[in-house]
Amino acid sequence: MTQQTPIVSMRGIHKRFGAVLANQGVDFDLQAGEIHALLGENGAGKSTLMRILYGLYRADAGSIAVDGRPALIRSPRDAIALGIGMVTQHFALAAPLSVTENVILGQEGRLRLDLKSAEAQVTAAAQRFGLTVNPRAQVHTLSIGQRQRVEILKALYRQARVLILDEPTAVLIPQEVEQLFQTLMRLKAEGVSVVFISHKLSEVTRIADRVTVMRSGCVVGSMPAAQTSPAELARMIVGQTITSVSKPRQLAADRPMLILDDVWADDDKGAPMLRGISLQVNAGEIVGLAGVAGNGQTELAELIEGTRACRRGRILVDGADVTRAGPARMMQAGVGRIPEDRHASVVGDLTVAENMALEHLNEFGRHGFLDRARLRRHAEQLIAEYQIKARPEDRIRTLSGGNMQKVILARVLERRPRVIVVSQPTRGLDIRATEYIHGKLLDQRQRGAAILLISEDLDELLKLADRIAVIYGGRIVGVMPAETATPERLGLLMVGMSHETGGPDHGAQS
Amino acid sequence: MALKVERRPAPVWLPPLLPLLAVVITFVLTSALVWLAGANPLRAYYHFLIEPLSSRVSALEVLVKATPLLLTGMAVMLAFYGGFWNIGAEGQFLVGATAATAVGLNMHGVPPWVALPLMALSGFAAGMAWALIPAVMKTRLHTDEVVTTLLLNTVALLLVSALLNGPWRDPISQWPQSPEIASTAILPKLAPRTRLHLGFLIALATAFVVGVLLRRTVFGLRMRAVGLQPKAARFAGIPVERMLLVSALASGGIAGLAGMVEVAGIHYRLIEAISGGHGYTGILVAMLGNLSAPGVVLAALFIGLIDTGSQTVSRALGVPVYLGEVIQATLLLVTLAVLLLQNYRLRWERRG
Repeated sequence: MTQQTPIVSMRGIHKRFGAVLANQGVDFDLQAGEIHALLGENGAGKSTLMRILYGLYRADAGSIAVDGRPALIRSPRDAIALGIGMVTQHFALAAPLSVTENVILGQEGRLRLDLKSAEAQVTAAAQRFGLTVNPRAQVHTLSIGQRQRVEILKALYRQARVLILDEPTAVLIPQEVEQLFQTLMRLKAEGVSVVFISHKLSEVTRIADRVTVMRSGCVVGSMPAAQTSPAELARMIVGQTITSVSKPRQLAADRPMLILDDVWADDDKGAPMLRGISLQVNAGEIVGLAGVAGNGQTELAELIEGTRACRRGRILVDGADVTRAGPARMMQAGVGRIPEDRHASVVGDLTVAENMALEHLNEFGRHGFLDRARLRRHAEQLIAEYQIKARPEDRIRTLSGGNMQKVILARVLERRPRVIVVSQPTRGLDIRATEYIHGKLLDQRQRGAAILLISEDLDELLKLADRIAVIYGGRIVGVMPAETATPERLGLLMVGMSHETGGPDHGAQS
Repeated sequence: MALKVERRPAPVWLPPLLPLLAVVITFVLTSALVWLAGANPLRAYYHFLIEPLSSRVSALEVLVKATPLLLTGMAVMLAFYGGFWNIGAEGQFLVGATAATAVGLNMHGVPPWVALPLMALSGFAAGMAWALIPAVMKTRLHTDEVVTTLLLNTVALLLVSALLNGPWRDPISQWPQSPEIASTAILPKLAPRTRLHLGFLIALATAFVVGVLLRRTVFGLRMRAVGLQPKAARFAGIPVERMLLVSALASGGIAGLAGMVEVAGIHYRLIEAISGGHGYTGILVAMLGNLSAPGVVLAALFIGLIDTGSQTVSRALGVPVYLGEVIQATLLLVTLAVLLLQNYRLRWERRG
């Protein structure tokens, strides 16, 4: 099918982790100068395949050829020598060092460190590929997007002809994504091949020349990007047709259920984090909260979850003052909580049944003794109702992310909460679990619950929310109806480039 | 070929077998020492493990030795369950013994059914008070309880020493030991011509109560949640600080009760060596017992057996009695290592 020799050719790659076959006989070809998207759900084997190519893992079986010659890649050092570079999801940068120092780290060459000429090289490469970053800046002062650029520069400095990016856009705001795409186009023009691991279909069809889809360790298809569509790709990824839930018409939502009135709170280090948040969520409404991580959304969620102290201001749930309430009283007041960190809201070594009852244990006691039968019946009922793949007696730590999230969801929704605060509900979940959670949240909205949805996934916010608020530096810098929100408009607010007040918001804006 | 370490959860059948595995590894490791001491390791282990059970008296002596360990083991287990890393059972034991002695010395003419509960209560209360200090420091000031409980052990030992060399010095012998407690303050014997006393049944009952409390009650489930993952417990509305305090106090109380039992059941007076490390051995018992009540009972009996055996073995084979302590110490290290390493696997990997 292809005329020229692929720059990278992987054949029959097998990799097993314990009982899991992460790659089973995978073939993968990368042509020179193409942007090749590698698509699939979490656990489909995309990252494993690329980690094998970069020498982070060793394949159990299979062969790799670079430029048509068999290549033995035992470590990243071998991969780099062959011109292969990779930017993983977790950056490997030394925070106290400068950009240039990080770029040349491990490649200093001679004894004498020639920082000047290195700096010049870094600057030149940065300009050529639109990777704007100050070569003298210390890495710890850089944003996530800038750090990613340093990682790319690092690979290019090592003469990479193949650049592997593992979910590069997951941590970026829309404007940064745009800039990254510009860089990738320039790299392509210079003849660099790019492997782009992603699960965002819209990005893939925009930027990629070729798309390879993986599912449960196998390649299910590989085709030019122009000959496919997001819908077809989605079907290939999941292996069946997934109907996306859509937001039904909003019922009257004019009864304020959750009111935050000029709320202040500190972060874990005791520094002021929330600086006068005012927000209102009405019954039957989903208010989305957008923001770059670390701008106060975690603290805001914890405030409503009852695990963080409120320094100033008031929190009202259906008119009742819960400003100083702890977790127990928050739940009594009708607040359902689905937190950001799943693992910190369940006890991993307790069973599914015990975790399901943990927030209301008094209802499962008889004269102080645990009613095990009741605990079990309760769990069985929720497991059936929420289609959770687990047994009541399983330790919850053994569950997949999606099933664990369903347990938490079941535990919360069973109480028919009037207010739901939910953070990053689908982070790390596959498409099916994501759709399921989205459907359940929309059901709650129809039921009349007031939902505060905190998410870093703008697509999720745009799909579910009735109004979207943006948090920046511990303040709400804008609230808008979802119909008028666009990724660009939200992105500008998220980085503090603009400030929108007023507007058609019927929430309490100060 | 390259040797690789992989992290992989242990299969379900493994954890219950781990203590047994630890015992076997310990015996293999210490056999060199036994051999150096001039004895045949196999014969030594026969005397350690089988010989004590061959006569009624020495078999019951195993129960006597196990009694304080059962209590301190339970104390440590309870604290570990609640997430309070109590290394201070030794100190709590000592103050418990001291308080019980103080009561026992003044019980002349008081009937046993009044004297004994009073002593038990004072021992329990003293142990609780001793644990209260590090517990409050942890909940209020976030001080590391491992350090504070450990340091308080020395304080308690010096306190006992000061009492025995000062106001409580035995007026008759002039030795640093307290006078004998009242005869009505002595725990009755369970079997004639042995040292087995009522304290063994008290220890068993305590183990039963603690076991039921942790496994079968709402309170126990809350405490386990707090110990396993305080953040999640707090999120679920469980008062983490209060639970921690309760587990620390109950733990200290039980360790203090162990002190009372040794005074009223064995020595009838306070001596400096009243504990001799029962508090520390309690940690070994709790870990070896896999932090379960039945496991702790078995572990305490097993250590009691080795304790008794180390005397038999030294008599029969002429090796130092300290060999028993070496074996116990090795067992603790091996047990901890085995518990830690159960989730790892060694694997050979082909190169290229």
